[in-house]
Amino acid sequence: MSQTVITKKFMYVNRKAPYGTVYALESLEVALIAAAFDQEVSLAFLDDGVYQLMRGQAPEGIGMKNFSPAYHALGDYDITSLYVERESLVERGLSEADIMPITWEDEGDNWIEKPSIHICSRKEMSTLFAMQDVIFSF
Amino acid sequence: MKFTIMINEGPYQHQASDSALQFTRAALAQGHEIFRVFFYHDGVNNANSLSRPPRDDRQLQKEWATLAEAHGLDLVVCTAAAQRRGIIDADEATRKGLNMSNLNNGFRISGLGQLIEGSIQSDRTVVFGD
Repeated sequence: MSQTVITKKFMYVNRKAPYGTVYALESLEVALIAAAFDQEVSLAFLDDGVYQLMRGQAPEGIGMKNFSPAYHALGDYDITSLYVERESLVERGLSEADIMPITWEDEGDNWIEKPSIHICSRKEMSTLFAMQDVIFSF
Repeated sequence: MKFTIMINEGPYQHQASDSALQFTRAALAQGHEIFRVFFYHDGVNNANSLSRPPRDDRQLQKEWATLAEAHGLDLVVCTAAAQRRGIIDADEATRKGLNMSNLNNGFRISGLGQLIEGSIQSDRTVVFGD
């Protein structure tokens, strides 16, 4: 008996800072586990969520484990699009230079390393949301 | 329409669970199907059988269990989130040599895959959280 394979566009919207609450960590756990289901997954970062991608995280001083290296593994899980809202960066006095250089290796293009991070406007983010089948918001 | 509902906040602390209950009741009343209700983050505390709110207040765990029984709903509590927050079913209690469990009737503990599968199979996923 054949089974229809359904592929949907999943977006994980991250709105909270990486430390101080558990939302960022547990959101990442969902994304990594969901990778086994072969869906089209992308991540969006807005409001304080942009802090999740900041370079140089060193939370050991507050007794927390630095889980930012896990974002670099997303490419291996076929999550290759991380959308970061420009207005959220600007509102926080941040720029693209503050963001970790997250990349993925394109198997179909000689394993060339390509950037996963895409900075987009609030308006573009809205358009991206409208294209999704499933949106999880953390 | 087929719905998967996600609840990301604990009972009483936040209105998420109340809103989700009301939405679920309304959807069922209109003839929609609730494929699965998935509890994540502090939402797993909606399945804590030890909750004892004041007598004149609503009892959320019980309201979910009652609704689930009346409509055959699948209430799933995320295992990773549950372990962090101390929500344990009878099997886990036995495995860990504990003499008690606190998963309320009507709920089951399972993996995040249940959420993803629910979203794949449903027409809409609705998230209640902060």
